[in-house]
Amino acid sequence: MMRSILAAVLAASLLGVAPQLASAADDTPPPPRQKWSFSGPFGKFDRAQVQRGFKVYREVCAVCHGLDLVSFRNLGQPGALGYSEAQVKQIASEYKIKDGPNDQGEMFEREGRPADRFPRPWANENAARVQYNAVPPDLSVMAKARTYERGFPWFIFDIFTQYQENGPDYLVALLTGYEDKAPAGVTLPPTLSYNKYFPGHAIAMPKPMEDGRVTYEDGSPQTLAQYSKDVTAFLMWTAEPHMEARKRIGFQVMIFLLVFAGLLYFVKQKVWYDVKAGRI
Amino acid sequence: MSGHSTYQPQNAFMKWMERRLPIAGLIHSSFVAYPTPRNLNYWWTFGGILTFLLGMQIVTGIILVMHYTPHADMAFNSVEHIMRDVNYGWLLRYLHSNGASMFFVAVYIHMFRGMYYGSYKEPREVLWILGVILYLLMMATGFLGYTLPWGQMSFWGATVITNFFSAIPVVGESVVTWLWGGYSVGNPTLQRFFSLHYLLPFVIVGLVVLHVWALHVVGQNNPTGIEPKSAKDTVPFTPYATVKDAFFMMCFCVVFAWFVFYMPNYLGHADNYIPANPAVTPLHIVPEWYYLPFYAILRAIPNKLMGVVALGGSIVILAFLPWLDTSKVRSANYRPLFRQFFWIFVLVCLGLGWLGAKPAEGGYVIAARILTIYYFAHFIIILPLLGWIEKTKPLPNSISESILKEGLPAGGSGPAPTVSKH
Ligand code: HEC
Ligand code: HEM
Repeated sequence: MMRSILAAVLAASLLGVAPQLASAADDTPPPPRQKWSFSGPFGKFDRAQVQRGFKVYREVCAVCHGLDLVSFRNLGQPGALGYSEAQVKQIASEYKIKDGPNDQGEMFEREGRPADRFPRPWANENAARVQYNAVPPDLSVMAKARTYERGFPWFIFDIFTQYQENGPDYLVALLTGYEDKAPAGVTLPPTLSYNKYFPGHAIAMPKPMEDGRVTYEDGSPQTLAQYSKDVTAFLMWTAEPHMEARKRIGFQVMIFLLVFAGLLYFVKQKVWYDVKAGRI
Repeated sequence: MSGHSTYQPQNAFMKWMERRLPIAGLIHSSFVAYPTPRNLNYWWTFGGILTFLLGMQIVTGIILVMHYTPHADMAFNSVEHIMRDVNYGWLLRYLHSNGASMFFVAVYIHMFRGMYYGSYKEPREVLWILGVILYLLMMATGFLGYTLPWGQMSFWGATVITNFFSAIPVVGESVVTWLWGGYSVGNPTLQRFFSLHYLLPFVIVGLVVLHVWALHVVGQNNPTGIEPKSAKDTVPFTPYATVKDAFFMMCFCVVFAWFVFYMPNYLGHADNYIPANPAVTPLHIVPEWYYLPFYAILRAIPNKLMGVVALGGSIVILAFLPWLDTSKVRSANYRPLFRQFFWIFVLVCLGLGWLGAKPAEGGYVIAARILTIYYFAHFIIILPLLGWIEKTKPLPNSISESILKEGLPAGGSGPAPTVSKH
């Protein structure tokens, strides 16, 4: 039986490899693997990092990208950015929120409150398209909405190593993957930029940052690479705000299940003892 | 098999009740006294696991509905509301989405177990066919559920799958319009899919009752494939099967929890975190992993109508398995040739699954065609022929004899574990 299985596996893998060679023309490299504080079973957000990432978002990305699903109050929740209630209030108040209609039937602007969502940077999608040549997508769940293909056999190993930071790795690659000049032979319309990692390479988002663009107060390097990692960590938090609780509870559940399964195993051995010995 | 109840009511109330509605007696004869073959291995625990998962999908589903909004403009954000604002909403949603995947892992193991040990053969044909109908209903429920978050894959998956019906000659287009409730997938589609996604699991519950009823009439098969002959061949369901099922269910839950808590999005598609957009088609429209083998079969056939027919045929053919397999011997343990072909068939299904995730071009299509032909040949040519040409090994006289001869503890022999991710 083993022999025929081996033969079949071989045949199957030959069938599988041939087409892979045939379509190797795709020239988008896989994003480089990054180290993330939130990866693995005990992963946690690095508070300083997500706070820096938030700063990058506010000072750079927020001009074009919304964060529709996130409220200011979320910033201070457990497992979030670690801000106090007062800090959250302060941050919210720095935003202008459109509200209304009031008693006179008029819309008005007021200071933001913790329960408000981040306001959109543009009035509507058409306005955004006119201004930026494409609608800048909402970034709330962006870190989970992008991935890249791992291919066989990596997608199987990933189950065991818990590699699932495909999205964040792609985001860092995207933000650092701009090239000033498109490679020879590629002509881009003037409104598009060349990006090594973007599918199709022609992206409507101009290179958003360069070294020194954002000032960090904690002495972290003020480089494009660092900004990209920090803002991505922040976007991972916006995409999965309860990740820390999930992993923490997950560990408790695992311990429970393993202990309970172990106990049940011994109960089972006891119950079946006489049957196995042939006495029943 | 279950025979008359040996249940003795212990107190006055139960005695009073038993004479009026003998429900305690029914439960007792079905889940306590019910004789199970003493040599069942762990592949027999998946029926119980399936029942558990069905219950879990229903419980988590009902709670999710309390917070979900079935409207094209609000569905996506209401799911995110569950993930963000509802207490333990993320847990409910990840349990439900990964629970569906685990449901299919379990049903595939359950079905391959049936194929390996010939559990579909006389007198278990009706039991098996009920299982095939259950599987079809599960596929429908899973597909309907996947449209509910109204992400890009929801929308485009629904578009592609419902478009199959346009292959029907003459009335195809009208049928599709009728299914959609409009001229494209839209809010009416979402609302009817939601309604049906809530309904079908309860149809499944009803069929599971029939499935278990049929099981308890004919009794369980076992690794030897021969029927129990004396009381020595069986043990009572409780405590023997109960404790063994419970133990293995916990082991299964470890795998389940691994996905729910550590890689909750691994089995899904990143594209489904992009809100549905009818104006933008995703690069690759890929169904959920559990449909991939059938998706590969569909795309292997150049003609749309024939592709859909092949897709349907690949599932319907399972219902005819009891008559396609001509061998008198049930268990693959005594069928050396069948056993090889069984494992090749498993690999072919995994191969089709892998191809289903690949773009339908070049070598992939050729490979999918070869495997599709093999898939059908397995049922139509190999199984009928094997029954006639195969020289089977001698069967033991009874279950208890087989245990004594092999010197194996109950639950020893069985196929090696298979990888279930396609
Ligand atoms: C000048 C406006 C602008 C700024 C500033 C900007 N973006 Fe974008 N971004 C866009 C536009 C426009 C697109 C759509 C690109 C397309 O579809 O071709 C986009 C797309 C994206 C995408 C999706 C790429 C994909 O794979 O589809 C990500 C991720 C992204 N931006 C992240 C960021 C981050 C992080 C920042 C801040 C560091 C940022 N952007 C700053 C305009 C901007
Ligand atoms: C909702 C899905 C299903 C549930 C809840 C379910 C439940 C069960 C349960 C509780 C058993 C008894 C325990 C066991 O022997 O494993 C069983 C047995 C069985 N099931 Fe299912 N089942 C489901 C789907 C299927 C499918 C899809 C098939 C096949 C196409 C199938 C075929 C069988 C067979 C043949 C048996 C008898 C097993 C034997 O004794 O060898 N079932 N099922």
